[in-house]
Amino acid sequence: MSTAATHDAHHEEHAKGLLRWVFTTNHKDIGTLYLVFALTMFFVGGAMAMVIRAELFQPGLQFVDPQFFNSMTTMHALIMVFGAVMPAFVGLANWLIPMMIGAPDMALPRMNNWSFWILPFAALMLVGTLFMDGGAPAGGWTMYPPLVLQTGDAFPFLIFSVHLLGISSIMGAINIIVTIMNMRAPGMTMMKMPLFVWTWLITAYLLIAVMPVFAGAVTMLLTDRFFDTSFFNAAGGGDPVMFQHIFWFFGHPEVYIMILPAFGVISAIIPTFARKRLFGYSSMVYATASIAFLSFIVWAHHMFTVGLPLTGELFFMYATMLIAVPTGVKVFNWVSTMWKGSMTFETPMLFAIGFVMLFTIGGFSGLMMSITPIDFQYHDTYFIVAHFHYVLVSGSVFSIFAAVYYWLPKWTGNMYDEKLGKLHFWLSAIFVNVLFFPQHFLGLAGMPRRIPDYSTQFAGFNEISSLGGFAFGLTQLLFVYIVIKTVRGGSKATDQVWEGADGLEWTLPSPPPYHSFTTAPEVK
Amino acid sequence: MLESKAKRALTTVAGLALLGNAGGAAADYALNLRRGVTSISHEAYDLHMLILWICVAIGVVVFGAMFISIFSHRKSKGAQPAQFHESTTVEVIWTIVPFLILIGMAIPATKALVAMEDTSNSDLSIKVTGYQWKWGYEYLDSGVSFISSLATPKEQIFNEQDKGLNYLLEVDNPVVVPINKKVRLMITANDVIHAWWVPDLGMKKDAIPGFVNEMWFNIEKEGTYRGQCAELCGKDHGFMPIVVVAKNEADYQKWIADKKSEMGAASAGADREWAMAELMERGKKVYTSNCAACHQAGGAGIPGTFPALKGSAIATGPKDAHMKLVMHGKSGTAMAAFASQLNDIDLAAVITYERNAWGNDIGDLVQPSEIKAAR
Repeated sequence: MSTAATHDAHHEEHAKGLLRWVFTTNHKDIGTLYLVFALTMFFVGGAMAMVIRAELFQPGLQFVDPQFFNSMTTMHALIMVFGAVMPAFVGLANWLIPMMIGAPDMALPRMNNWSFWILPFAALMLVGTLFMDGGAPAGGWTMYPPLVLQTGDAFPFLIFSVHLLGISSIMGAINIIVTIMNMRAPGMTMMKMPLFVWTWLITAYLLIAVMPVFAGAVTMLLTDRFFDTSFFNAAGGGDPVMFQHIFWFFGHPEVYIMILPAFGVISAIIPTFARKRLFGYSSMVYATASIAFLSFIVWAHHMFTVGLPLTGELFFMYATMLIAVPTGVKVFNWVSTMWKGSMTFETPMLFAIGFVMLFTIGGFSGLMMSITPIDFQYHDTYFIVAHFHYVLVSGSVFSIFAAVYYWLPKWTGNMYDEKLGKLHFWLSAIFVNVLFFPQHFLGLAGMPRRIPDYSTQFAGFNEISSLGGFAFGLTQLLFVYIVIKTVRGGSKATDQVWEGADGLEWTLPSPPPYHSFTTAPEVK
Repeated sequence: MLESKAKRALTTVAGLALLGNAGGAAADYALNLRRGVTSISHEAYDLHMLILWICVAIGVVVFGAMFISIFSHRKSKGAQPAQFHESTTVEVIWTIVPFLILIGMAIPATKALVAMEDTSNSDLSIKVTGYQWKWGYEYLDSGVSFISSLATPKEQIFNEQDKGLNYLLEVDNPVVVPINKKVRLMITANDVIHAWWVPDLGMKKDAIPGFVNEMWFNIEKEGTYRGQCAELCGKDHGFMPIVVVAKNEADYQKWIADKKSEMGAASAGADREWAMAELMERGKKVYTSNCAACHQAGGAGIPGTFPALKGSAIATGPKDAHMKLVMHGKSGTAMAAFASQLNDIDLAAVITYERNAWGNDIGDLVQPSEIKAAR
């Protein structure tokens, strides 16, 4: 591989001050914007989770009324999914894909700027609904009609913010596909791409496939409410369950949109700290593609209780169980990569190992729920709340932490504080389990989800869960401190940063030049 | 054997959890799925335990390998990295073995599912209707019908009184069913989607407006079984419990007879003229159990969400419009059509109450006969 230009002649061409960020077309600047936005929304959504856990700390109504509680669960989910996790992964893609494939920037820089700058406005509109007549949306992030049609003035704002978020995602996805397809360095064939690039390529196709479907579903809600259509109104010949089919046709690929890039991150980190090549590279690629394909034919497992015909239930049960096979392959490959390696345990590796363990636990509960006859018992209880927080918090969010610790020295040129990083990991790993593990028990004992108050038999585990939640929330302030401290200074990072790191981004200086690779490197 | 081991293991985990929380008072720390009291709940439980143990076994192997690796293959112990990075044989094995395990799970799961979905040959059918936020039951064979709503007093919810034993899981009118009979529920909803779920009966089904879903159960022993609405249905989703009381055949028949005479008494006098005081007294009761959740006890509503009745244009305007709104509801809002939920006297009483309470003082009254004519 050739070395990139170490001196960047164009460094000064961009605008100064705030306008630099408004007009920027640079993949690193936009990546930073995405990541800062995601972190901000992570705390907004997190604050709502704190309200939820405070109300659930003890039985009885203490702090909020039930309608506002429902708004909190609804907004927490919407903000975490569309405001925190997805933008964080797009931010990582912006920063890393050009550096990983040996390109100077993303293929469509102006669209890149636009796809970011839609986000803050969409988010403002969504958060603004909290102050409207009738309150913020309270029908759940799944927006099932007819309940969602009872939303007050917030309703059209909810729909339009979803439209905007979708437009942003689609543009981001197009940009990523075009970049990966056209701007790879000479010699980098598809099967030589880093797995993070592979998983994002597949994720981008998922986004393009399902975001328009979602936009269509919410538009039908809009016309049902304002233009007297009856898509989802049984009295007018429609079907409320049809919305659920369309929603989950989007929704299931959507959950993989939030986990496939995480697989890519973990597949980069484990080999580095095991000092050993990733085990089964090509089977990792095929497994990712299989998971993406299966995501399109399992949607009704979210709806086993709506009264599907028996044959439908059987089909969706079998298809859902199948996902365990490629997911299992991934976990086995990660463990085999560690096997007989020469491991060290810096913060990124700790988060990666935490990811493998806790994501697998979430996978187990997922497998249990795929079994239709027992899903009747698990459905809409805290068991599923525990399940999807294991895969999303100790899955996706842990992988984002891992990625930030892993690449932050490259991005800033400074090493983060390893001691504090490890403290952040251990506190997060302990409290995420205190927070979510008891929720399995609550669900099995019969506590439904989305309730502001509960029978006294559930008091014990709710108390433990809330305490874990407060502690987990506070711990994340430590992460902000660590990141700010690293950006401001610290011991200088080498270009290689990590002894075992492999890939084009590590051939660039730390921090890398403004236009990553002005001369394309040669990949052997 | 396997089950008792499971219980012991889970108790150990619970013990550890309790160490951190010695003061957890009244709560019980149930860890596992309830075994329930019907054949389908037993089947679900057995399957649950089977899959749980398969997951535990896989977890022991995978995490075991990971921990061995983490403890021995570390740089600080002088481990040198091996060079292998693929093996077709191994990868084929760990694709096929999980697939076979899945087939092993799918066979019993399919059998259980087929049995659960077979609602034929039932002995008794009950129509269940979900309302915001209560349940309506109609016994199709005997004509008994009633509304079942939360019985927990507001004072307990707002922490002004100690919480009772069945806090939030108690209702005014429980569903009574005979034991050892196949009971079929026909489930629907009036406004938004709800879900009918009693964990001990082993099954949950959505109640969807405009559609009828079916489920069945056959309870083995007498007792009271409690559950809740399981699908988010708005503000008071957490406050619409379900209580099923299973009785032996003789007690069940007696209950049906009692219920019938109770229904007769409630609608007695629908044809006579009612006085203002009577209507106001009955209207207050009806209002408290049906309207106060949204419009509040003082008629002030919740600004922006639920309109006030005190001084409102409808409650102080023409009688006909007021009757129409209460009887037929308002689509696109949480205002239900009460014509299907309340009898003529209750409707007349509650409308009269709304027109004359909290200083509305319109002075007119609605007679049950007017409601009957307006239906």
